Amino acid sequence: MIDAIAGGFNYWVVVGLIMIGLYMVAGSANLVKKVIGLSVFQSGVFILFITMGKVSGGSAPIASGTVSVYSNPLPHVLILTAIVVGVATTAVALALVVRIHESYGSLEEGDVTGADREQDR
Amino acid sequence: MSATASGLAGHLPALQVVAPLLAAPACILLHDARRVWWLAFGVSAAALAIALALLSRVMGGEVLSYALGGWAPPWGIEYRVDALNALVMVLVSGISVVTLVFARESVAREMAAERIYLFYTAWLLCLTGLLGMAATGDAFNVFVFLEISSLATYTLVAFGNDRRALAAAFRYLVMGTIGGTFILIGIGLLYGVTGTLNMADLAVRLEPLRDNPAVRAAFAFIIAGAGLKVAMFPLHAWLPSAYAYAPSAATAFIAATSTKVAVYIMLRFTFTIFGVEFSFDTLALAKALMVFAVIGVFAASMAAIMQRELKRMFAWSSIAQVGYMLIGIAAANMDGLTASMAHLFNHALMKGALFLAIGCVIYRTGAANLDSVAGLGWRMPWTFSALALAGLSLVGVPFTAGFISKWYLLLSVLANGWWLLAAVLVVTSLMAVVYVGKVVESAWFRTPAPGTIAEQAREAPVMMLAPLWALTLANLWFGIETTVPVTVARTAAAALLGLAP
Repeated sequence: MIDAIAGGFNYWVVVGLIMIGLYMVAGSANLVKKVIGLSVFQSGVFILFITMGKVSGGSAPIASGTVSVYSNPLPHVLILTAIVVGVATTAVALALVVRIHESYGSLEEGDVTGADREQDR
Repeated sequence: MSATASGLAGHLPALQVVAPLLAAPACILLHDARRVWWLAFGVSAAALAIALALLSRVMGGEVLSYALGGWAPPWGIEYRVDALNALVMVLVSGISVVTLVFARESVAREMAAERIYLFYTAWLLCLTGLLGMAATGDAFNVFVFLEISSLATYTLVAFGNDRRALAAAFRYLVMGTIGGTFILIGIGLLYGVTGTLNMADLAVRLEPLRDNPAVRAAFAFIIAGAGLKVAMFPLHAWLPSAYAYAPSAATAFIAATSTKVAVYIMLRFTFTIFGVEFSFDTLALAKALMVFAVIGVFAASMAAIMQRELKRMFAWSSIAQVGYMLIGIAAANMDGLTASMAHLFNHALMKGALFLAIGCVIYRTGAANLDSVAGLGWRMPWTFSALALAGLSLVGVPFTAGFISKWYLLLSVLANGWWLLAAVLVVTSLMAVVYVGKVVESAWFRTPAPGTIAEQAREAPVMMLAPLWALTLANLWFGIETTVPVTVARTAAAALLGLAP
C-alpha cells in the first residue's frame, strides 16, 4: 500500500493537480480564478511528462566518461514548448479578462452571462 | 523521399506552413491596413498553389515525406502528405483566399482602422496552425499547431465589435484549452508507452499494445480532446456564441475550416495511429460516436430552427453537420469515409457561402436576424439568391454539392443495414429545410418594417459578392461534376484505411 503510494508519488500529484485545476475552472465564478485553474491543470500535465523522462539514478544527458545512465531529455524539451504555449494561453486569457472587465464592469461569470441574456432579449 | 529532392519543389510541405508563419509578424511591421491585406492575400494564394501542387503529386496514392531540418524520422519532425491531408490543405488555404477577398470591405466596416493589421496577423497565425496540423506527421507537433490556431482563433473571435464577443472568446478559450490539453495528456501517455512521437512509428509500435491500459486512456483523452475541437454533441457549447459574435469574415473562415481540421485530426488518430481494429473492434468507437452524432444532429437541428439570428442559426447547423461527418466515420467503411471526406469539403463550401452572405447583409444593414432581413430579398437579390442556393446545398437537394455527400452517407449507412439511421438522415435534412425556409420566407415574402435601414438597403459591393458567388457556384459545380471531389475523397478514404484507391 505504502509502496503503491510512494512509488507513484509523482503520478498522484499529477492526478491531484489536474483534478484541482479542472474543479477550479468549473467551480469558481470569478474569471481570474478560472484562468488560475487552467494554469494549475496544465501544470499537472507538465509534471506528467517530466516524470516520464526521469530515469532513476540517471544523470543529466551530457556525455561524459564517468556516467552511463542518463535521463531522457526529450520530454523536458517538449514541456518547454508546452510551457510556452501555456504562458501564451494565460496571456490571451488575462487580456480577455481585462477587456471583459472594461466592458462589463465585472469579473463574475454570473454578471457577464446575465448581462448577455439581457442584451439578447 | 523529398528530403533528397533538389530545389524549392522538395521543400513544398514545409513552405506551406512557414510562409504564413513568417508573414504574420511581417504584418505587424507593415502596419498599414491595405498593405497588410495584400500580404495576407498573397501568402494565402501561395499556400493554395502549394497545396494544389502537393495534391496533384499524391493523387496516385503515394505519400510525400519531408524531414524538417534534415533530421530523418522517427527522430526528427516529419511532414507527411497523402491525399487526405493534401485535400484538407487545399480546402483551408482555398477558403482563406476566398474569405480574404470578402474580408477587405467587411473588416474595414466592422472594426477600427488602427486594429485591422492585428486582425490579419491573427488570421495568418490561424492559417499557419491549421495548415501545420494538416501537414505534420508528428503527434506532438499536432498539439503545438493546434494551440497556435486556437489562440489565433480566440483572438479573431474577440475582434467582434459587440462586447459579447469577448465573453464568447473567453468561454471558447477555456473549453479549447481543456480540449487541447487533453490531447496533450493523450500524446504524453502514448510517448510514455512507446517512446516515439512519429505517427507512422507510433502506429507500428502500438500494434502489439492493444490491451495496455495507458494506451486505452490515451485514446479516450485524445478522442475527448478532438471531440471538443470538432464540436461533437455534448462538447459543442462554445461554438454558437463564438461564431455569432466574431467578425463576419472571421466567422466564414473559422466555420469553414477549423472544425474540418479537427475532424481530420480525429481521423488521423483513430485510423492511422491507433488503427481501425483497435478503434472500432477493441474499443467500439463506432457505437459511442454514433450515439453522440445522432443526438447531436437532432438536437442541433432543432436548436437551429429556434434561432432568430442568422449567424447563430447556421452555427447550430454546423454542429448538426459535424454529426453527419461523425456518422460517416462511425461507419468505418469505404463509402462512409468517402462520405465524411466529401462532406467535410462540401460543408466548408456551403457554410463559407452562407456566412459570407450573412456578412453581406450585415455590411449593408448592420444586423441579420429573421426580422431585419424581411423583404431584403428584393433589395439585395444577388446576396439572397446565393444564400438560398447555399441553403439548398445544406439541405442536400440534387444538383448541389450537399446532395453528393449525403447520398454517399446514405449508401454507407444502408450498406451496414442501419435503416433507422437512414431515417434519421432524411428527417434531419427536412429539418434543415425548415430553418433555411424561414430565412427565405422572411427575405422574399415579408415586407420590411417601415422606417428601417432595410427599406433603403442596396446590393452589397462587387468585391464581396464575387467571393460569395465563387463559393455558391462551387456548390453547384461540385453537385453536377462529381468525379473530381468523389475521386479525391475516395483516394483520401483509401489512404486512411490503408487500401489501394
